[in-house]
Amino acid sequence: MKFGVAISSALEALIANPLRSFLTMLGIMIGVASVMAMMAISEGAARQVDEQISALGASNLTLRPGASRRGGRSSGANSAPPFTDKTVQALRQEPYITAVSARNNGGVTVISGNDNWSTQLFGTNTDYFVTQAWKLTSGEFFSERNLSQGAAVAVIGATIADTLFDGTNPLGQNIRANNVPLRIIGVLEKKGQSGFGGDRDDVVIVPITTARNRILGAHRTTPKHVNSIEVGVADGYDMADAQTRLENRLREIRKIKPTGTDNFRVFNVADFVRARSSTQATMGLLLAFTAAVSLIVGGVGVMNIMLVSVTERTKEIGLRMAIGARKSDILGQFLAEAIALCFIGGLIGSGLGVGAAELAARMGGFPVSISPFIAATALSASVLIGLFFGYFPARRAANLNPIEALRYE
Amino acid sequence: MKQAPISSDAIIRCDSVSKTYIMGEQKVHALRDVSVAFAAGEMTAIMGPSGSGKSTLMNLIGALDVPTSGDLYIQGRNLAKLDVDELADLRNETIGFVFQQFNLLGRATALTNVKLPLRYSRKLDEDIDARAVECLQLVGLGDRMGHRPMQLSGGQQQRVAIARALAGRPSIILADEPTGALDTQTSGEIMDLLVNLGQQGITVILVTHEAEVAAYAQRQIHFRDGVIEREIRTEP
Ligand SMILES: Nc1ncnc2c1ncn2[C@@H]1O[C@H](COP(=O)(O)OP(=O)(O)O)[C@@H](O)[C@H]1O
Ligand SMILES: [Mg+2]
Repeated sequence: MKFGVAISSALEALIANPLRSFLTMLGIMIGVASVMAMMAISEGAARQVDEQISALGASNLTLRPGASRRGGRSSGANSAPPFTDKTVQALRQEPYITAVSARNNGGVTVISGNDNWSTQLFGTNTDYFVTQAWKLTSGEFFSERNLSQGAAVAVIGATIADTLFDGTNPLGQNIRANNVPLRIIGVLEKKGQSGFGGDRDDVVIVPITTARNRILGAHRTTPKHVNSIEVGVADGYDMADAQTRLENRLREIRKIKPTGTDNFRVFNVADFVRARSSTQATMGLLLAFTAAVSLIVGGVGVMNIMLVSVTERTKEIGLRMAIGARKSDILGQFLAEAIALCFIGGLIGSGLGVGAAELAARMGGFPVSISPFIAATALSASVLIGLFFGYFPARRAANLNPIEALRYE
Repeated sequence: MKQAPISSDAIIRCDSVSKTYIMGEQKVHALRDVSVAFAAGEMTAIMGPSGSGKSTLMNLIGALDVPTSGDLYIQGRNLAKLDVDELADLRNETIGFVFQQFNLLGRATALTNVKLPLRYSRKLDEDIDARAVECLQLVGLGDRMGHRPMQLSGGQQQRVAIARALAGRPSIILADEPTGALDTQTSGEIMDLLVNLGQQGITVILVTHEAEVAAYAQRQIHFRDGVIEREIRTEP
């Protein structure tokens, strides 16, 4: 096949009949546009979920004391012994764990001057800043030394800084949390809403020792208790594997007999978010699939017009054969015509798709993500459609008998 | 019935060629056992009543159709031995067709029409545009190259078709009733063109009903009912 002739003959034929060419492209245009828009929307949703997951810590496992639920009945979280600083120390030795953060939390009223504010207070260790990937806008995190001394220092979230210190620098200022004075040593970078709707910046973080000893109070029987532990799993370890090893290690630490039931739970918060978003993803896929069907319908339209065109131009095909076109030249010409229709339709459709996605983002507030990958996929899909649905008409043209084609009226 | 002697240096040779069309129950013997040869550079007129098999023979020589029996040789090559691509290349490089109905691409300009066979050529290495322009000038249409067939008279259209047939520098021109759709004066102009080609060494075979047209040829072959009825040489 001679490519140059195939392509120029194809374009000549398309330009000779512009209205028909445009109407034929319309199906492909709408198909590609809807595939693009649907992919952009479902990609946008997926990206939002990814962001939520990475905010939660994609490679974190959360540990809570308490029996696993059985038959819908909880056997009482309170009866299970709490974690302690020792549990945290022990888990630090595990090779697949990079960080072990401890956290006790409770609601407090924070007072600064005449303003007061109800918020969450987290008593944590230093690893907490690592597993939660907190960053500072100013100041510093508390140190191991602050932790061991139970220092009266606090790191505050952006919401607290905005509410209580509107405009002024909070660093070095004192606040009172449940009447305990705390010196502010750091202000955290804004994280925004959590995947579950809460404000993650509405928080005061203090050393866990300070929280236990002076603000939130200690456990009845276990003075060095820790409400929840979060571990960061090292790169290269499978999350499910790590979870199993962690569970086994916890059974050892908590001296549970092989026949005994766990009195703790380990879960992967990212999994919750994924599960919640999977219906959303299925919906997006379904929409994309519907859009793909419309693209295929567009392809059938192209095939239909190409078949009509081959019949109409039988005499022309006969002439081309008479002056020396090979079968492959004719095949190439009609394939090129179908592909050009689909490719140009795809180009215009991509533009429309981007427009539709932008509109969905503006009007419907959908999270939208348009990547070059999506455009490339939609375009190559339209070229493939042209190739697939153009082949049958093109082969019919190429297989015409020269003399019969030439005599056709 | 006398048949032409077959010379071995003929550019075209038909050996006992028959073509039978089957139309339902009926068999139409378009050609019966025809043996004929054409010498290189000779101009031949094929005559005979309508339905006598003239076009059938032209199509067989032009490698557009295959005989029911018998063999055709073009420049010594047996057409039955060539595959479809080789036949296409033969039509492209060796043969130029001129049809009664011109058969130009309606949406293309005269120049594009003439370029068409050159674009399919696999061996030509000359500038396609220059060659097409040259051929159009040769047929006297140097000033009509951008015109579409619709904007040209019948005679001009047939001249574009001749330029197209010439473009690939063929050894053989097959013209099936090239003046059949033209008036007498225009016919004369077209015939002058074809005679000119014959004088340049191209083998021209033309089908015609008109004795005046046939008179341009050095040889006349008359067909009737699929066989050669008689042959006349008008060699000086
Ligand atoms: N494709 C075809 N199918 C059936 N019969 C045909 C076909 N082509 C030609 N014929 C018949 O073969 C005979 C010779 O036709 P043709 O070679 O076209 O005659 P001419 O060109 O001398 O007028 C005619 O009887 C015609 O009807
Ligand atoms: Mg005829």
